[in-house]
This record gives sequence, C-alpha cells and structure tokens, in this order.
Amino acid sequence: MNNLYKYLITLGSVVAFASPVVAQEAESLDAKVNAAFSALTGPFVSLIFAPIPGTSFPWIVMWLVIAATIFTFYFSFVQLKFFKHAISLVKGDYSDPNDAGEVSHFQALATALSGTVGLGNIAGVAVAVGIGGPGATFWMILAGLMGMASKFTECTLGVKYRNEYEDGTVSGGPMYYISKGFKERGLPGGKFLAVLFSIFCILGALGGGNMFQANQAHAQISGIVGDYPGWITGIVFAAVVYIVIVGGVKSIARVTEKVVPFMGVLYVGAALIIILMNYDKIGWAFGQIFTGAFTGLGVAGGMVGALIQGFKRAAFSNEAGVGSAAIAHSAVKTKEPITEGFVSLLEPFIDTVVICTMTALVITISGQLIVDPSTGNYMLNEGGSAIATVGGTSGVALTSAAFASAFSWFPIILAVAVVLFAFSTMISWSYYGLKAWTYLFGEGKTAELTFKIIFCIFIVIGAAASLGPVIDFSDAAIFAMAVVNITGLYFLMGVVKSEFNSYKERLASGEIKKFTH
Amino acid sequence: MTTTLVVGLDGGGSGDRALAYAKRMAGLIGDCSLLIVYVIEWSPYSFQTPEENEMRHKRREEEIATALERVVDPAVAALTKAGVKAKGMVRHGHVADTLNAISVEVGADQIIVSRSSADGIVKRIFGSSTANLVMSADVPVTVVG
Repeated sequence: MNNLYKYLITLGSVVAFASPVVAQEAESLDAKVNAAFSALTGPFVSLIFAPIPGTSFPWIVMWLVIAATIFTFYFSFVQLKFFKHAISLVKGDYSDPNDAGEVSHFQALATALSGTVGLGNIAGVAVAVGIGGPGATFWMILAGLMGMASKFTECTLGVKYRNEYEDGTVSGGPMYYISKGFKERGLPGGKFLAVLFSIFCILGALGGGNMFQANQAHAQISGIVGDYPGWITGIVFAAVVYIVIVGGVKSIARVTEKVVPFMGVLYVGAALIIILMNYDKIGWAFGQIFTGAFTGLGVAGGMVGALIQGFKRAAFSNEAGVGSAAIAHSAVKTKEPITEGFVSLLEPFIDTVVICTMTALVITISGQLIVDPSTGNYMLNEGGSAIATVGGTSGVALTSAAFASAFSWFPIILAVAVVLFAFSTMISWSYYGLKAWTYLFGEGKTAELTFKIIFCIFIVIGAAASLGPVIDFSDAAIFAMAVVNITGLYFLMGVVKSEFNSYKERLASGEIKKFTH
Repeated sequence: MTTTLVVGLDGGGSGDRALAYAKRMAGLIGDCSLLIVYVIEWSPYSFQTPEENEMRHKRREEEIATALERVVDPAVAALTKAGVKAKGMVRHGHVADTLNAISVEVGADQIIVSRSSADGIVKRIFGSSTANLVMSADVPVTVVG
C-alpha cells in the first residue's frame, strides 16, 4: 500500500516537474545556492561556535549552561517551586473575570509554544541523538529543566518593559527591556545592545525560524514523494507565507494555529504508543541514555560530544535564553509581569522535557542507530561524523524512519505535521523578526513590507540549500541572540528578583488570591 | 428591598421579547431594577497568532463599544425613558456561565432570557446558550418564547 502510494506520487511528480534536463538545471541551481550560502555565512558560524581554547567545547554552549545555572540558583529553583502555581495561572484560577476578553495566560503560552514546538523537537532531536548518541537526551532534559529559569527571567521582563501604545496594541521583547531597563537603572549601552539584539533576531528569524523549517519540510516531503528540487517546495511555501503575512489572509494562519496543537498531541500520542508497545525496552533505553550521557558509548566526541549536542539542540528547540519567547509572551493581560514568567517556564518543560524526550526515546527504541554487536557501542558512519543508521538517515528522516518502524504509514502523518509545524514556526518567527525590524527601522508600511518580502525569499533559499550549512547558520544566528539577551538578563535579573519577592509575600499574605469561578 | 432582574441579550430580534417581558415584570414588582447584560462569546483557551494577541486589547475595546452602542445602550435608554430603573453591562466569556456568575455577583432574583436565536448545526452540537443556562443556573431563569 505504502509502496504503491509512493510509486504513484513519484510518478506524478516526475511527470509534473522533472524532465531530465529540468532536473539537472534545478540540481545545479540548488548547488549554486548552497555554495554561495555556505561561503557567505561561514565566518559568522565559526565565530559563534569557536571552541574554548584548548578544548573542543564551543564557548556558546558554556554561555547558555552557565546562564541557566545562575538563574536557577538566583531564583532558588523557581522552576520546581512554582511549577504548580504556573499551572494554576494557566487554568485561569488567578484571572480577574473583569479582564475576560483580553489575552489570557493560556493564549500567550499557546502562541509562544506554537513558535517553539516544531522541527527542533522532531528533526533537531534526531540530529542530537544521531551525532551524540542517546546520551545526548540526558543533557537535553537537563538543559530543558535549567532553561525554565532563563525563560522565567526573560518573559517577566518582556511583560514589565513592553511598550503599550495609545491605540491599545503592545510591543515587547528583549530590545525593549534592554533599552528601557538599562535606562531605568542608569546603565550605559542599553540602546547598543538592543540594536545588536534586533540584528541577530532578524538573522535568527531568517535562519532557524525560516530556512531550517523550509529545508526540513522539503526533506520530509521529498522523502515521501521522491527526490525533486528544493526550490519548488520553497516557492510554494513562500507563496503561502506571503499570502498570510503580506496579503493578510488570517484564515490560513488561524487554521494552522488550531491544527498545530492537535498535531502535537497526535505526535506525542503516537510516540507514547510506540514506547508502550516496546515496554520491555524502556528500561534499556533509559539505561542507554544515562550510560551514554557519561561515557558516550563510543560516539564521536564521547561524553563531551553527547553533552554539546544535547545542550545545543535543547537550546535550539526551546529557545530559553534566546529572547524570542519574551516577544510572544508580552501581549498577555496581567497586572503582575511575574505571572507571565511563571507561565512561560512551562514552555521548556513541554517542549524539551516532554516532547523532545519522546522523540529521543522512539529513535533509541526503534533500533535505527546501529550497534556494533561485538562491543555494544554505537558504530560510526563512514565519515565518522555521526552514528551509522539503518538506511543512512539523519535529521527529520531519522525520526521518520524510527516512527515508520512501528507504523509504516506514520511518515505521511509526520510529513503533514512537519509541514504544519514548519509553517506555524515561520509565521511566529516572521512576527519576531518583524518586531526587531520595526524596532530598527520604525513602524511603517514600507519597512514592514520590505522585511516580509526578504523573509519570503529566504524560504526559497532555505529549501534549496543542503542541511549542513542551513543548520549551522540557523544555530549561529539564534545563539547570537542569546549572547546579547543573556548579557541584558544579567544586568536586569535584580528587577525580576524584587518583583518575585514582592509577589511571593503577597501570595503568602493572601493579598493575591484565586478568583472563584 | 429592591428586586434585581438580569436580562441577557444576544443581539438578535428575540431579545426584544425578553426586554418587553422584563419591563412588564418590573412594573408589576414595583421596586425593581433591571441589569441588561450582553455577553460576547469568548474562550480564554482558544489559539491565536502573535499578531492577534498584539491587537487583542484594542479589539476587545472595540467589541465592547460596539455591543454597548448597538444593543445595550439603546435598551437601557428605552427602559429609563419608560421610567424603569436599568443599567447595562458587556462582558466576554462563555454566555451561560457568565450570565450566571453576574447574577450571583449582583444578587439577582431572576434571569430573563429569550429562546436562543442560534439554530442549525451549531445548536445541535453544542446546545444553545439558553439551554445551558437553564441547566446550570444558580438563579431562577425565565425563558421568553
């Protein structure tokens, strides 16, 4: 059935767009785009991922880990102590009924989540596990748990220092809290950092929020219908995104926003079923994750390799410390900015600790990663750069193959999910990028249109380029945002602390209480 | 003690019948004030795009202004003119729950609504707000046909 379907679609696509000559020209166009892109972005990527002298450990990963650790201790494990309170806030227990009709905590969280839950959870995890082995999962979960504190800090500030305009609209995010917060505290350089953040945010929006999504969506579609040039997917995607963000056809975005959560539930549901079907392997899989975390199990780079991959992909997936969520969360209606901080700390939990772990477990359990029977360690592929997989898959194709080992039809659902996730992430990031763009160039129709058109062009480039350079650039741009954002957070975390202490006191005294519904 | 009656309007034509009935009851009771409520159906658990969130506060103000202008204010003005004590209110939320919550909050003696003007498939799946109200209200409900 599956083969017949594949055959029919392949036949269709061959007839439709691929006479040999056209295909050859298209291939060379893809190759040209690819070469030009890697040459252009290479230096930036090398700078961001430069190793700490004398080690192979990228300094940027250390930067994120240290920040998350500092915030975790500075707010004395807020992610554990206020987890229940966060859920209570999302349920609306503390929402004033007179504010009904404003953006609720639930809506702000859901909007932010639809920007982060996506390919990072499906493709990114496969990259982490494919290179770092199952042990990368352990570091990924740890990074997710610690990242909750970073998210808490940035989203509280996002709401506190947002701009509220006379017409009732709001704009928030790191560029606003850095410039306003620094000014308020009499610190120099706020404006400079805000501008720098905005530049990186635009690059991040074009990279991880756009090209990586287009690239992996294409990989997924071509995995099902057979190989065809990437720019075709790119143009189709770009056209749809253009209709939504420039044409203002909100219905498409609204449908996606509603379908994406169901896809998320379906994805986690399918993963759970596969895990339960292989219940005898659950213990073994966790064993692999723990042992692999500290020994590497023969993976390239050993324990450090697993750790780097785990932290990198966790940060890329949940964006804690990056600052993007602060833009999404700042629209919420609340008199207490800190409440949005509590709510936002659920985001890395759902994204990384729950969804990413599901993907990692399914890949590990499915046996897609080839183990050397004589040593029990993982075998490396020919280049020695990643673990050898059944069929030589990587990225989203690896996840797809892992799910297909249980349900042969799953790749089709996954393709639909990937396309929708990619699309909703693009819509979210087009907004983040636009906010940064208008911060730099001012609000105005021409400025907005310019950015939106650039955004659509990058979709085509992203779909045409190969995974390597795209993922490098995407990571680099997003991590560059974190460099500036976290610098700002260090200077402003005192503000969050005093909000936090005041809230805790009022919660204990009963001044802040639940509304009965 | 003043008797308070809550009148729920949905902006449809049937609301006039509920208003007329409430007015008559107010006349019969004597010391009676009417609270005219319009609930804009809204859920805090819906999914929205970042752009919709950004505009939400503005939209909410616009929705309230429109409901006041088109439905609530004219009704209150007509009642006041006829010598009936009346106030108006617009809220967002689940229609039945919100009407009930407001009635409990103001200590209303009765809720007056008209038979729902929604019909077709939506009503079949979700039931009408009126039916939901009748089944869940903590205050006596009068449904005007």
